[in-house]
Amino acid sequence: MSTTHYLVLSAILFSLGVLGVLVRRNAIIVFMCVEMMLNASNLAFVAFAQQNGNLNGQTIAFFVMVVAAAEVVVGLAIIMTIYRTRRSASVDEPNLLKY
Amino acid sequence: MNISSTLASVVASGQIEASNIDPSVNAPAVATGAFSFMWLLIALPLLGAAILLIFGKRTDKWGPYLAIAMSCGAFIVGAVMYLTMLGLPANDRPVNLHIWDWVIVGDFQAPIGMQLDQLSIIFVLLITFVGSLIHIYSLGYMKHDPEKRKFFAYLNLFVAAMLLLVTADSYLLLYVGWEGVGLASYLLIGFWQYKPSAAVAAKKAFVVNRVGDVGLSIAIMLMFVTFGSVTFSGVLEDPAAANESTLTWIGLALLLAACGKSAQFPLQSWLLDAMEGPTPVSALIHAATMVTAGVYLIVRSAPIFDAAPDARTAVMVIGAITLIFGAIIGCAKDDIKKALAGSTMSQIGYMILAAGLGPVGYVFAIFHLVTHGFFKANMFLGAGSIMHGMNDQLDMRRFGALRKVMVITFITFSCGWLAIMGVPPFAGFYSKDKIIEAAFGVNVIVGAVALLGAGITAFYMTRLWTMTFTGKSRWTDDNKHPHESSAVMWIPMAILAFLSVVAGFMLAGAIETWLAPVTGFEETELAVSSLVMECASLALVVLGATIAYLQYRRDVPLVAPQHVSPLTVAARQDLYGDAFNEEVFMRPGQWLTRSMVFFDNRGIDALVNGIAASLGGLSGRMRRIQTGFARSYALSMLAGAVIVVATLILVRM
Repeated sequence: MSTTHYLVLSAILFSLGVLGVLVRRNAIIVFMCVEMMLNASNLAFVAFAQQNGNLNGQTIAFFVMVVAAAEVVVGLAIIMTIYRTRRSASVDEPNLLKY
Repeated sequence: MNISSTLASVVASGQIEASNIDPSVNAPAVATGAFSFMWLLIALPLLGAAILLIFGKRTDKWGPYLAIAMSCGAFIVGAVMYLTMLGLPANDRPVNLHIWDWVIVGDFQAPIGMQLDQLSIIFVLLITFVGSLIHIYSLGYMKHDPEKRKFFAYLNLFVAAMLLLVTADSYLLLYVGWEGVGLASYLLIGFWQYKPSAAVAAKKAFVVNRVGDVGLSIAIMLMFVTFGSVTFSGVLEDPAAANESTLTWIGLALLLAACGKSAQFPLQSWLLDAMEGPTPVSALIHAATMVTAGVYLIVRSAPIFDAAPDARTAVMVIGAITLIFGAIIGCAKDDIKKALAGSTMSQIGYMILAAGLGPVGYVFAIFHLVTHGFFKANMFLGAGSIMHGMNDQLDMRRFGALRKVMVITFITFSCGWLAIMGVPPFAGFYSKDKIIEAAFGVNVIVGAVALLGAGITAFYMTRLWTMTFTGKSRWTDDNKHPHESSAVMWIPMAILAFLSVVAGFMLAGAIETWLAPVTGFEETELAVSSLVMECASLALVVLGATIAYLQYRRDVPLVAPQHVSPLTVAARQDLYGDAFNEEVFMRPGQWLTRSMVFFDNRGIDALVNGIAASLGGLSGRMRRIQTGFARSYALSMLAGAVIVVATLILVRM
């Protein structure tokens, strides 16, 4: 398996994630798509690390996971709060931040 | 603070010592003894004005008396100064009193100091003496005016400012006095400001005077640039050191200043309107003292004019033009005060003319100024007395036959009338004929103009005198009983009338010796003897007076005739002085300001407001992008990221 295959898979996963963020309304699913984009980039990092024979990419992948975990905590908390107040998890419903 | 003031005093004292050591000039000595009290001259009337204005209505009862006391006090101080000066040898007479350092910036120094010499003491005596008499006269004239106290406060203010003007030892301080008398003149012309004509006249006098004041400020700036000093000793010590064209410009700027203050052509238009003020004001400010400040300025700056012959010629020409100009206006006016104002203009023309003749004329300019101060103040007070007796009637066509009912006024006025015509041995004979002679000595044309002026003077003054005092009465129906004024009014008139008679031969000869150390003096050399000149001018005077007497002795129509020569029409319109100013300065000025306002509104404001409005509109449209849909934000983020990546890839390729 060459690095190219990993990268192609990573690109496919990333694009799926982007598509999900743009088209889905459910905040949980949007959130999961964001996670998928993060993990797609993790895959690319790890693939490059293996190709270059050093641990830099692996380290960064761990960093991303830590940040993603922290983000999940905060993000889920926000989603929970919005759901409690609005009885909906749609990302189109909260629109107070407009002109 | 301490250090700087010590330094300043060191510098100042060093300067005084330096100027004392210099033997080449007749530098004023430091004032000691009686002279160290010369500040009282200004302080007394200024204090009077301050008390009357600050304490307001509480001083209504005794305020006028305080003002009179202050003015008389200044006269006594002036007289003491004069007597002290008499006891000194001629070269020790100029004294300087340093009061404090006013402006010290680098090399530039403007000390506040007073200088009293033979020239300024004459002014001090004239101003305080005539001023005090007019203060007393006003007690009667303004008796029933509710604002009497304010009037006396302004009169005191005027006396203080005028004394500051003539005793200042630098052009900068002179400028302060110059503006001070301008302010007092404005306040007093507009004293009855509820009359629109008086309010407008006051504004006009102020504005026209500003034009002249610009000349004075330019002259002071030029002096500072040229000589590095604005004090009399610094500028007048050796003006020939500067180049002549600079001196000519300084001289012309000073002449402009003199034209404004002394109502000389082309800035003469304000004086006739200034007659809207109360008559004592016309007598004091607009006849005897303030309007002669221009003559003082030119005579004081004599060394500059001596070194700049072109500027001096300009002074002479302006004087000659105004002399005829004022005389012609005086011939056509039916308003007694305006006729006298035209005469004032003309007589100051004589003084300016004399000052423009150089060392042969300076002394006679001052001589005529003094005698004119007496006889013109006398005649103005006489006019005031007539107005007082005639219910404020000013139109001479409504006078006539006042000889019998106002005997004292008739006698005092006649003294002034004979004096201004130059009938020997009245005052004007000595001063005016000397000017005519000196003018002939310098230039025959100017001499002829001055001689002709004497004839016209005789004509208009006799016209005024005849229409007022002789013939049949033409009084209005509501005013059948003219009466003589009270003693408080006629005594000052009598004193001035006495001086109109004797001042000439008292001062003739003496004033030349007195003033020569300050202004310089040269005898006029004439081809013909001065007796011939005197006879010629006397013949013209008799001719002018006879024509006027024969013409106006008969019935004078109650309304001015309409079918008259173009010259008379022009003279009634002040020789179109106002019309000229209106067409040449006022209307273009109005267009200019209007176009400026238009440009400001439609140009500058439009640009600024336009930018603000378009930015506002643009941001109003742009905020619509903020839809509040999180997904559309995400899309724009994606688009941005794609563009960045695409750019990177394209650049790599």
